[in-house]
Amino acid sequence: MAELTAGPARRRPLVVRYPSVLIFLTCLGLFTLGATILSEGFGIGVISTSFVKTLGKTLCLCLVALGMDLVWGYCGILSLGHMAFFGLGGYAIGMWLMYERTRLIVVDSLAAGGLPATPEEISSGIAAQIFGVVGASEFPPVWAVAHSLPLQLAAVVLAPGLLALVFGWLAFRSRVTGVYLSILTQAMTLALSLYLFQNDSGLRGNNGLSGLQNLPGLENTSQAIVSIWFLWGSALALGLGYVLAAWMVSGKFGSVLRGIRDDEARVRFLGYPVEAFKLFVFTVSAVLAGIAGAIYYPQAGIINPAELAPIASIYLAVWVAIGGRGRLYGAVIGAAFVSLLSSWFTGGQAPDLNILEYRIQWVDWWTVLLGLSFVAVTLFAPKGIGGLFDLLAARRNPNRHGQDLGPDHGSLREKEADA
Amino acid sequence: MSQLLEVSGVSVSFDGFKALNNLSFSIGKAELRAVIGPNGAGKTTFMDVVTGKTRPDEGSVLWGEPPVSLLGKSESKIATAGVGRKFQRPTVFEDQSVQDNLIMALKKARSPLSVLLFKPEASDFARVDELADVIGLGPVLSMKSGELSHGQKQWLEIGMLLAQEPKLLLVDEPAAGMTLAERKKTTQILRDAAKSRAVVVVEHDMDFVRRLDCRVTVLHEGSVLAEGYIDHVTQNQQVIEVYLGR
Repeated sequence: MAELTAGPARRRPLVVRYPSVLIFLTCLGLFTLGATILSEGFGIGVISTSFVKTLGKTLCLCLVALGMDLVWGYCGILSLGHMAFFGLGGYAIGMWLMYERTRLIVVDSLAAGGLPATPEEISSGIAAQIFGVVGASEFPPVWAVAHSLPLQLAAVVLAPGLLALVFGWLAFRSRVTGVYLSILTQAMTLALSLYLFQNDSGLRGNNGLSGLQNLPGLENTSQAIVSIWFLWGSALALGLGYVLAAWMVSGKFGSVLRGIRDDEARVRFLGYPVEAFKLFVFTVSAVLAGIAGAIYYPQAGIINPAELAPIASIYLAVWVAIGGRGRLYGAVIGAAFVSLLSSWFTGGQAPDLNILEYRIQWVDWWTVLLGLSFVAVTLFAPKGIGGLFDLLAARRNPNRHGQDLGPDHGSLREKEADA
Repeated sequence: MSQLLEVSGVSVSFDGFKALNNLSFSIGKAELRAVIGPNGAGKTTFMDVVTGKTRPDEGSVLWGEPPVSLLGKSESKIATAGVGRKFQRPTVFEDQSVQDNLIMALKKARSPLSVLLFKPEASDFARVDELADVIGLGPVLSMKSGELSHGQKQWLEIGMLLAQEPKLLLVDEPAAGMTLAERKKTTQILRDAAKSRAVVVVEHDMDFVRRLDCRVTVLHEGSVLAEGYIDHVTQNQQVIEVYLGR
């Protein structure tokens, strides 16, 4: 028995501790390469530019799902407001895109008038262009740094991060947990969305920000090329996000997170400040969501407050649940699978189904199907799609943890013991 | 001898029910103490007060030298100050390996950043191996703790407590559901632990307490009924009444 005893696990490199990292990065690289080769911009033009954008957006959704898995799958915080952070990231980058593009147009049109334009004229010209639609012609205070790309990029990280920090601090220190916390996060995203719907919120009310697909200064570059750049950017962000998340969950930090998920009080009595851990992981995941949003919306071209509606965050939770929470690749698979399937069903491509007299049109019925599959996954396959990989792993030789193979050597049917 | 923990005049009531009634208790730096008492005597509430889970209505809880009050401190602060607690039901992290459980419990910086940047060194693994030997779980270090038997889980939890290197161990019914052989081993682990630190064992089982061979505090209706060695205590008329019924 003793000679079969395997040594306990020692500290090993990340890829060994978390083997899915290498597999995932390879798949992601191959996917990006394949999409590039098939694209119109850089390849043989088999897939359309709009589909390239769909793929790029899907990668961003995978990134936010990764963040969701960190807080929900690993730390047990069911946040139903994560798309608020995603939207904030989108608004932050959208402000610069819209400002800068409008500025170029305004400068051009003023230059046509002959006299060189003063900065005031340019500024009021931009403001009139952007805010005319909500009946204003002044820049609201939130646009103070919209002229500066670095500052707006900082806002992509800071706005969601600070919101998560303040919200999390208030919620976690009062030990709000479980369903009450979920309701609070719903309220947060709903409140933010309702606020942004107002015309005087300073972000163009329900019109939102538009024309984001046009990058300032790159008017002559076709969308076919730009879409591939964004695909690469999305893939890079997702890859880095995956490595970061894997690094966080694979060591002792991950142990503590899963401990908090399984038995919060016990972790507290081990001396860990549970609230600080929750706040940390909540904020990190909000920042990931913000970055994902900032890459998503230039590909979508438009952002409006409806994107922050509570239902969006609920979908996010559904993706992660179907993909398999508590494992990073599960979240990614769920987000990719369900959101692509969703665009197929709602894009009118799915053939209608005739049942007796009734005609099932998937555009309407897709949500019902999604809801049913969510219920089914929750009841019958709590591990989600990711659980299928466990079946694969079980096909390999089981890890006997150094135990012998049976009561005594006489019970062995094969020469396994010698192996 | 100066005392490590000094609880005096503590009262706790839940909706009018007095769980603790003017309870006073103290324990030295390297001492084994058993706390016994019938159901509802306030044993668990007493532990809750010391570990910061429950705030008493009145009284004081002083800790260490020079004495500082533990009242108003969070559970995690009290734990890092050196109070370790084992629950009645074995609570280990079943989804994680025995080794991960022990590494998590090792006495290290507890803030999120330092945990994130933590890299276990050879000395940490050596310490884990050493602890695993003490609790007899050496061969199953890489097993998920959910696969352990009930007794092994209890030991793992005691091992996690030892890994925290607490000055005071509060152990709630460590022998519940154990076989006789497991009980003997548990007794040995606790007595060894008490050589260098204070250990408070809450227990129902008189035989187990007898085997611990230490001073006994009998609780009844939220306050101390008697204190002393087991033979002395079991001859106390009041104790007999409480335990055997009037």
